Amino acid sequence: MLNNIQEFYNILPLIIIGGLILVSLIIEMYSESSEKILPWLSIIGFLFVGIYSLVEVGRTSIVLQNMLATGGVVNIFWLIFNITAAIVCLLSINYIKKYGAYYGEYYIIIQTSVLGMMLMAGAKDLIVIFLGLEVMSISFYVLAGFNRNRSSANEASLKYFLLGAFATGFLVYGIALIYGKATTTSIDAISLNFSALSGNVLFLTGVLLFLIGFSFKIAAFPFHMWVPDVYQGSPTTVAGLFSTAGKAAGFSALIVTFAALFGGPHGHLFTPYLSAIAVFSMLFGSIVAIMQTDIKRMLAYSSIAHAGYMLIGLASGNIDGVAGIIFYLAAYSFMNLAAFGIVSILEGKEETNLDLDSYAGLGTRSPFIAGLFALIMFALAGIPPFAGFFGKYYVFIAAIKSDLTWLAMVGILSSMISVYFYLRLVVIMYFKSSETEDKVSYTASEIIAVVIAVVFVIILGLAPGSFIDLVTKFL
Amino acid sequence: MQIPIEYYLILSAALFMTGIVGVLIRRNAIIVFMSIELMLNSANLTLITFSSYLGNSIGQIFVFFVMAVAAAEAAIGLAIIIALFRNKLTVNLDEINIFKW
Repeated sequence: MLNNIQEFYNILPLIIIGGLILVSLIIEMYSESSEKILPWLSIIGFLFVGIYSLVEVGRTSIVLQNMLATGGVVNIFWLIFNITAAIVCLLSINYIKKYGAYYGEYYIIIQTSVLGMMLMAGAKDLIVIFLGLEVMSISFYVLAGFNRNRSSANEASLKYFLLGAFATGFLVYGIALIYGKATTTSIDAISLNFSALSGNVLFLTGVLLFLIGFSFKIAAFPFHMWVPDVYQGSPTTVAGLFSTAGKAAGFSALIVTFAALFGGPHGHLFTPYLSAIAVFSMLFGSIVAIMQTDIKRMLAYSSIAHAGYMLIGLASGNIDGVAGIIFYLAAYSFMNLAAFGIVSILEGKEETNLDLDSYAGLGTRSPFIAGLFALIMFALAGIPPFAGFFGKYYVFIAAIKSDLTWLAMVGILSSMISVYFYLRLVVIMYFKSSETEDKVSYTASEIIAVVIAVVFVIILGLAPGSFIDLVTKFL
Repeated sequence: MQIPIEYYLILSAALFMTGIVGVLIRRNAIIVFMSIELMLNSANLTLITFSSYLGNSIGQIFVFFVMAVAAAEAAIGLAIIIALFRNKLTVNLDEINIFKW
């Protein structure tokens, strides 16, 4: 029930995306040229919702019977999800034809997954988190296996589905135990009574199971094994969506549930557990990425390592850490989207040209793309003028403020290891001669999408303070 | 005589463990999927138990959502398994190994 017209304006982004899904379904059913209409309709819808969220960012409220929060950090997350999804749609226009699996559902399922993410970021109740997570995950299972005639895509989809549903089991059981002790599923009520509840073993088991279930979605250590296989088997643009918006959505729900505790007496209750999974994710991701020869698998392991860096912010248990994670998520989303975008441009028919060696000589064959890719690799490695550096910087500073200097040191060590495999790609591109002299062919929409992502990476790197100020204002 | 709440909780924990063990040791994709459904249903039993014990209806409402989601998941999951079976003529997880696991 909507109490007043203002509430309607606050949840307008959700209504627009919901309406977009229905309109897209009808267009897909009746229009002959849906293949041309749907991507642009989705992009316009996502951009509108993103900009609307940014404009309305100051109007914080709690709507729909205390089920959903809007405004503030929630709107910043909505902005990240929608811009990411718009860039993914722009990249997909050409890629999905090359990949040989255009079905009209493609854009519609991307829209439903974005709806799920937006619900997760705004959740004020464990029921909403669960439903948002499942709307997103079930869309992702379909997207991973989008080319149903190719057994590699089937395999990626099956692995994603089985492990995702397994993690959902943990999550639901955790929520059941939390509910049993707290007698409510409202996140605010639970955080308010946290001191009374935190002594109870059943409740703490529930929270731990909840965290384990979520570490699947953010691709962190105990549940990371699906990541490389799924990224390798799914369409490259879709893998870009999983690794950016999917991860951001998982973190947004973790922030929603845990940020209320920060600053209070129990802010550091989960620090040991979170630091442990952060350390394992970072080191495992960075070290195993060195041994990879497939670019998508390498990016997958790097994505596990980045989840580890972001968890440092959560482990440090203060507001700076949360602001750091949100900045990191925005920076990482654009960096990884640009990386996956370039991989999707260079990918040949039938999933060829994905070896690291196929990037040899790119510096002479196609200097512009090689330059962009090198810039993105520097940003992912965390080299100063770009956004990746400031993401790590804010997260590590937050850890040091919470007396977790050792954790920041492990993070710095791990980023030094990761420099090796990021820069190896740059070396291959510029200093290794290639067998072919083929120029890279690309369409305008693809290159525009990549350039937009790169521009965001540079802007966030040049003016990190203004984004951090915007976030901290609402924490 | 009323059955104490511990009995229900122990039963649902046992079901949950059965589900986990099933996922980890069975190799048939359909049976793994059934084990996952068992985990979800043990969570449902826990929710119902608490709901009835506390006299609070949120748990029962949650169970409806979990059941709806489980149904959607079953639809997608079986579709994925069928698509895979058409290509590889097997649903044994040990034989589904294009990528190193």
